[in-house]
Amino acid sequence: MTLDISGLKVSIGGKEILGGVDLRLAAGRVHGLAGESGSGKTMTGLAVLGLLPHGARVSGSIRLGERDLLTLPPKELNRVRGGEVAMVFQDPATSLHPMLTIGKQLTEHMRHHLRLGRAEAKARAVELLGKVRIPGPEEAYGRFPHQFSGGMRQRVAIAIALACSPKVLIADEPTTALDVTVQAGVLRLLRGLCDELGLAVLLVTHDLGVMSAVADEVSVMKDGLVVESGPRGQVLREPAHAYTRSLLDSLPDAELR
Amino acid sequence: MTLLSIDDLVVEHRSPGRPVVRAVAGASLTVGPGEVVGLVGESGCGKSTLARAVCGLDPITEGSITFDGEPVTPLGLRRRRLTGIQMVFQDPYASLNPRRRVGDQIADGLRTVRDTATAPADLLERVGLPREFAGRHPHEFSGGQRQRIAIARALAARPRLLIGDEPISALDASAQSQVARLMRDLAVESGAGLLFISHDLSVVRLIADRIAVMYLGRIVEVGDTAEVWADPRHPYTRALLRAVPKPDGLGVLPAELPGDVPDPANPPGGCRFHPRCPLVMDMCREKDPDFGPVACWLHDQR
Repeated sequence: MTLDISGLKVSIGGKEILGGVDLRLAAGRVHGLAGESGSGKTMTGLAVLGLLPHGARVSGSIRLGERDLLTLPPKELNRVRGGEVAMVFQDPATSLHPMLTIGKQLTEHMRHHLRLGRAEAKARAVELLGKVRIPGPEEAYGRFPHQFSGGMRQRVAIAIALACSPKVLIADEPTTALDVTVQAGVLRLLRGLCDELGLAVLLVTHDLGVMSAVADEVSVMKDGLVVESGPRGQVLREPAHAYTRSLLDSLPDAELR
Repeated sequence: MTLLSIDDLVVEHRSPGRPVVRAVAGASLTVGPGEVVGLVGESGCGKSTLARAVCGLDPITEGSITFDGEPVTPLGLRRRRLTGIQMVFQDPYASLNPRRRVGDQIADGLRTVRDTATAPADLLERVGLPREFAGRHPHEFSGGQRQRIAIARALAARPRLLIGDEPISALDASAQSQVARLMRDLAVESGAGLLFISHDLSVVRLIADRIAVMYLGRIVEVGDTAEVWADPRHPYTRALLRAVPKPDGLGVLPAELPGDVPDPANPPGGCRFHPRCPLVMDMCREKDPDFGPVACWLHDQR
């Protein structure tokens, strides 16, 4: 299933945050969204899930298959988010509930969306933990988030996002809070899951190195607009827009090349 | 002539009801005047504790830290004589006082060295900010600007050693290398040494003369930046460098270092890196390689 964002405009309190964003996510492909902070990358991700801040005005369309997510009634939108469209947030230390076991957090939405029984949900949760390569998934099921390291927590967050077999995964800076060695593992995992499950992934990141490692398509945002979009190799090696070039030039490595 | 020398430093964190954590377990490092040393390592390896110990913010358990031939004393309530060491902290949103004008905060630094000739605005100019910003409060600035103000405040006390504890990790990607380069230029210009702590290897490579790699409380490799980058000798340094994704547009996934950093309260016996090391030998499980500049049995010089 593809996700088509076209002419997406968002304004909050009269201030325009997004000024007409067009993006297309295809199954089995990772679409990277780059740009400085404040360029509207995260807002684009949040708009897909209908998680924009209170009082935000939205226009344009976000089409998931036949449906337009922006005009969907709240009840149906609830069925989509967490079910067909899932999200992984930046900081796993704050996106997981500190007082619930990860087993509880892994099964709650599964039982709601997929209407699974307790035992079935647990079996699937353990299988998912194994899939994201958490050592000892059976024991890990009953543990709390603070008992895991940062990288493991982000793996758990990815498992939670994948629990209801989503078609689209929005990953908002999923490795920014992690060390490089741990980041490498999480990136490999994301890429592998995307290929294996045919997920359409929107990877929001400011790190062009990360972008180059996993994204198939890259879009660059500036001041609420997509200034350049295209295949990874083209955007990162032969940037057409001056802003993309300045982003690449500001990297520490650029001066040594 | 070395400015700062750290010898076999051990720093322990004690908290009631918990085992003692050796955050720094026998680390040695020197910083010369006008030299920029980059200290890199994963989170939890003890980089920040080492920096805090150098400033006197964490008590030393064993070993010694000497600055200009004098031992570094713990920071207490009494007036501090060691104003030659100044620190720039990680989060400029927390390290500046939100209720005071930035000019007044910079003036604090000037007062410690009884400098009446310099105005806070002069220092703002040096870090590339307009003079009239001195009358504003921290909330009026962006992260990059705040960190520049924090650097100006540290420089106001005329430090001979500047310490940056992850000074760029809370900043926007586009501001990171600018702020890092600014710190380097200002330190070198004034003849001060700079100990720059970061987990971002690409930035450290850009500004440091020497790199020290830390793993679980130990410094495992020290060397010239270009040499370490071109020919990393410790397996951990190699793994760290290989894990940095390159923005070359080729879609190469970075290499993964299996396993997690072990609990510093219960470090593995022998070489501390052996459970994760791809080149582990029998020797590594038994004896800890406690020599430099590359603490690894593969590079045993004896």
